[in-house]
Amino acid sequence: MLIHTVVNGVEHELDVPTGASLLSLLRDGLGLTGTKNACEEGECGSCSAWLDGELVCTCLVPALQADGREVRTIEALAQGDRLHAVQEAFLAAGAAQCGFCTPGLVTAVVDLLERSPDPHDDEIRLALEGNLCRCTGYRKVLDAVHLAAGRDGIPTAVALGRVGESALRVDGRAKVTGSFEYGGDLHVAGMLHGATLRSPHASARILSIDTTLAEAAPGVRAVLTAADVPGRETFGLEYSDQPVLASDVVRYEGEPVALVAADTLEDARRAAELIDVEYEPTPAVVDMEGALQPDAPLVHEFGNVLRHVHIEHGDLDAAAADVWVEGYFETPMQDHAALGLEAALASPAADGGVDLRTMTQWSHVDLQQVAACLDLPPEKIRISLAGLGGAFGSREDLHGQIHASMLALRTGRPVKTTCSREDSFHAHVHRHPSRTWIRFGATRDGYLVAADVRLVLDGGAYASASPAVLANATTFAAGPYDVPNARLEGTVVYTNNPPCGAMRGFGAPQVCFAYESAMDLLAGKLGVDPVELRLRNAVGTGSILPTGQVLTGSAPLRELIERCSAIPLPDEEPAAHLTRGVGFAVGFKNIAYSEGFDDSAQATVTFRPGPGEPEVEVRTAAVDYGQGLYTVLAQIARTELGVERVVVVPAHTGEIESAGSTSASRQTTMAGGSVLMACREIRTELEANGWSEPVTRTATHHHRPTTGFDEDGQGDIHVSFAFVAERAVVDVDEELGIARVVQLAAVQDAGRVINPQGAEGQVEGGAAIGLGLALMEEMRLDDGRIANPSFTDYLIPTVLDVPVVISEFVEEPEPDAPYGVKGIGELATVAATPAIVAALRAATGRELNRVPVAPDDLLGLRPPAVTAGRAPIPDVPGQEAIPEYLGLGLGQQELMKAR
Amino acid sequence: MTSALSPSTLAEALEIRASRPEATPVAGGTDLMVEINARRLRPSALLDLSRIEELGEWGRDNGRVFLGAGVTFARIERELTEFRPLVEASRWVASPQIRNRATIGGNLATASPAGDSIPVLAAYEADVIVASAGGARRRLPIGQFLVGPKRTSLVPDELIVGVEWTPVDGHGSFAKVGRRSAMVIAIASACLQVDEERETVRLALGSVAPTVVRAPLAERFAERLDWSDPATLAEFGRLAASEARPIDDLRGSAAYRRHVVEVLARRALERAGEARC
Repeated sequence: MLIHTVVNGVEHELDVPTGASLLSLLRDGLGLTGTKNACEEGECGSCSAWLDGELVCTCLVPALQADGREVRTIEALAQGDRLHAVQEAFLAAGAAQCGFCTPGLVTAVVDLLERSPDPHDDEIRLALEGNLCRCTGYRKVLDAVHLAAGRDGIPTAVALGRVGESALRVDGRAKVTGSFEYGGDLHVAGMLHGATLRSPHASARILSIDTTLAEAAPGVRAVLTAADVPGRETFGLEYSDQPVLASDVVRYEGEPVALVAADTLEDARRAAELIDVEYEPTPAVVDMEGALQPDAPLVHEFGNVLRHVHIEHGDLDAAAADVWVEGYFETPMQDHAALGLEAALASPAADGGVDLRTMTQWSHVDLQQVAACLDLPPEKIRISLAGLGGAFGSREDLHGQIHASMLALRTGRPVKTTCSREDSFHAHVHRHPSRTWIRFGATRDGYLVAADVRLVLDGGAYASASPAVLANATTFAAGPYDVPNARLEGTVVYTNNPPCGAMRGFGAPQVCFAYESAMDLLAGKLGVDPVELRLRNAVGTGSILPTGQVLTGSAPLRELIERCSAIPLPDEEPAAHLTRGVGFAVGFKNIAYSEGFDDSAQATVTFRPGPGEPEVEVRTAAVDYGQGLYTVLAQIARTELGVERVVVVPAHTGEIESAGSTSASRQTTMAGGSVLMACREIRTELEANGWSEPVTRTATHHHRPTTGFDEDGQGDIHVSFAFVAERAVVDVDEELGIARVVQLAAVQDAGRVINPQGAEGQVEGGAAIGLGLALMEEMRLDDGRIANPSFTDYLIPTVLDVPVVISEFVEEPEPDAPYGVKGIGELATVAATPAIVAALRAATGRELNRVPVAPDDLLGLRPPAVTAGRAPIPDVPGQEAIPEYLGLGLGQQELMKAR
Repeated sequence: MTSALSPSTLAEALEIRASRPEATPVAGGTDLMVEINARRLRPSALLDLSRIEELGEWGRDNGRVFLGAGVTFARIERELTEFRPLVEASRWVASPQIRNRATIGGNLATASPAGDSIPVLAAYEADVIVASAGGARRRLPIGQFLVGPKRTSLVPDELIVGVEWTPVDGHGSFAKVGRRSAMVIAIASACLQVDEERETVRLALGSVAPTVVRAPLAERFAERLDWSDPATLAEFGRLAASEARPIDDLRGSAAYRRHVVEVLARRALERAGEARC
């Protein structure tokens, strides 16, 4: 239908299909991509814009209703180079991290302030209730509103900040104006659109695939199945066990089976529906303990044990404990819910290779997998970065990279693959569900002498990062405590559930919930204050962990505990019908990759003396997915070379070596370390020869070497550790079983804070993800199938659910790290969950041994999670080190296959 | 400017409804577009109701209140402030962006048992006014309009014109429980409206039965009793819970829903009692 509409003051005549949304009109029809697509069901606010002066979710406005009406979008707010006051405020307050939700939030704030120029806090929260943000925890967003409303006392960033200052984000301007280009915004002339047909079954044999109808469908340029994979049929981060396209069997609901490239996304999706796949459903393994039973169906021919880690330290059986406590704890499958949806754009290159732009956390590990599956030499594939709208672990595994490349090579045209929100739930891994049995033994005066932990993780259908997640979970299972005798057994199993892998915390949150709950049980049994009990047992520099690893770095856990417990509680009393509870938890996690892996990072830095002012260019393949890495790298270059103008350029895989993954809280240390090294070499050169000539240096930063486990699980496993203490205050309506977190305080070990505003943002946002896990986030599985793959049914916290998070840092420099830094990305997530659950227990007196805590749990309508007893320890070959990436080494599964 | 499927009068819209039955009516689009975006619905044509002024009207006449089907929840919040439970329910609808578009008629047409405004309309004993080509109108009590989860007694050539009710003197309230603090589908909701003149109370429950339901046992019990007496309040809640027919689903268990009804009903009556003093 032909419509006439005025968008940002410009009249357009457009032909819109029936059922098309205003969002697609703006993005696809007019190229106004500042208005974002994240859920297409009005649940996130990312697509907010004005229709005849009213703020709407454009995804839910039929485009034909824009006929004769006026639309105003984020693009209309800035006047040339002059930002709107609200955009200035978002930039200055650090309210944009990944920036994906930012245009929607900016429009909502502009809308609010146009109606109500001086809003109070509650009014602001209500006005923003429809805008989800996954990165910030909303505090900096609220700061931005107060700043835009002209209030004093809001901390702001400085334009050209150096190390230790809150520097303005280098990519902030593009994010507040909506011009930052995310994967979903990618567009090249003549590109085709890819769609993926996914398995509807958790476990089935594929009897036949008929693509005839799809091939004949309108606009279709290619239909591909497993037979069309040019090279290796499988990929994977640690084991190459996941088919690019399923051929004979499918092992989880959502597994890709066939691909279509067509002229439009709609054509591609329709054609995918026309592919006729005949399945024969087979019994699915959907219970992680069931997977360990001798008669369980095998998910893979080599068995259901993906990895087992056994750690034996001291003599648990001889440990002289006066008191024992015992508990059983469960955590669910959690989704990252990054707002930016997966996308990849592959363009055939003149050399027969592929130029691939995509959303990833590690371009070079993508390259290894893509090259092998395409059967192309790595130098013929250049992977460059598209903007990520958050990641949190979900962009470590490949989503559409191989698929888009296959379609591009087949059609000879650029092909873009994109995910809907539902696709996205199927296209990336999730946080492992866990079951943990834990016993702590202590002396009468409250010193731990024994930890006996058995944990099982559900790895889902393919390995992803499961082996490393398990190693983390098992090594951290006794908590950051001095425990002389420990037996820690961890198993991750294959099931026909969706694959699980990396998510913020990487195995640490699951066990933190268990060990901190056990510490509270112990405090209760001993009659000791929970904070005091933690102080008594906290590790410090020189402590020995259950792996035998000596804590050589900084470990200011006691100071964190003291500082956190001293933060003032909320002034306001709870309302009459509410009961208040306070809970405390500590946590710890490793920084960088472990078990002997050398995840080095490279950067190339160029100093140019002029013309005009001197400039520094930093090139690296390290990924900034929103946390602010590029800003930190710029701060380092400014500080080391005394130059104001610094440009950080994301480099493609053809021009630089790996920077490793943006995960494991490692990039400030690793990429930051490489920039620091390069800058110092340049400075030495410039100081010797004068500052008049350009100088370029490439440097590679390695962390100290680590080792794998020996047969008792002993070894120098992790590079270094960071710690956190958190306290939660909750108010519970004990009649309705409804809880609200009214305060979260987090004191984090940061070594050295490079960017205070950015660091706070990481803690605030990280804590909000832990809050979600405590209270609402759970992927519900029904016989292996995801029952809630939408933002209507998978709930993440809104601005009304997250209180102001108080964040403080303890700066005790880490030896051997640049400036003494420690990564701060993950920790706040780890201890927020147990702190909140402890507060809920304090308020209600209930046991609460699983998260998310449901109203039924708070009311006693649902009994605590029960167990028939400890899961069996699998009979598997010895404790091999984690294999090299891409299955180059032997893992337990290969050993079992060989046996 | 507008095409044949974007009528500006109700009469035109009804003619199109009769002649082009394949055209799916759309007002705010906030429910329909979710289905279209998810590819669960693929209408070959849309009948745009958003330009019909008479559907966007509301007012009083002869002691009755008429609320046009096209009035949005944002307008209800701003304009119908004297109808407190309706405003409270409207505030619970999704988000400001949705409330700027979503209409009362759309909430009725979707006919979800969790529709936020519906318990209020049920407690108001509202009639749904529907029309068909030629101007024929039917007036359906809400309990007859709603026949099942997402099912109404609307016939294919009809459109919802609006709702109408007789306002009563007395305290009214709406409450909803969901798993998070905003943008959430009700696990259970309740609207209580006191009719001081007839000395009756009306209690309607959302999300705890195939449709929004009234709780007649609880309503009759509460008549002429002292609403400050804890035993009365407790029995009122217990009776209300007994009238719920909830199911277990993703959002909540049946046991929890029943429990919530008990608490919401008791609290609503308690508040009504306090308002009397």
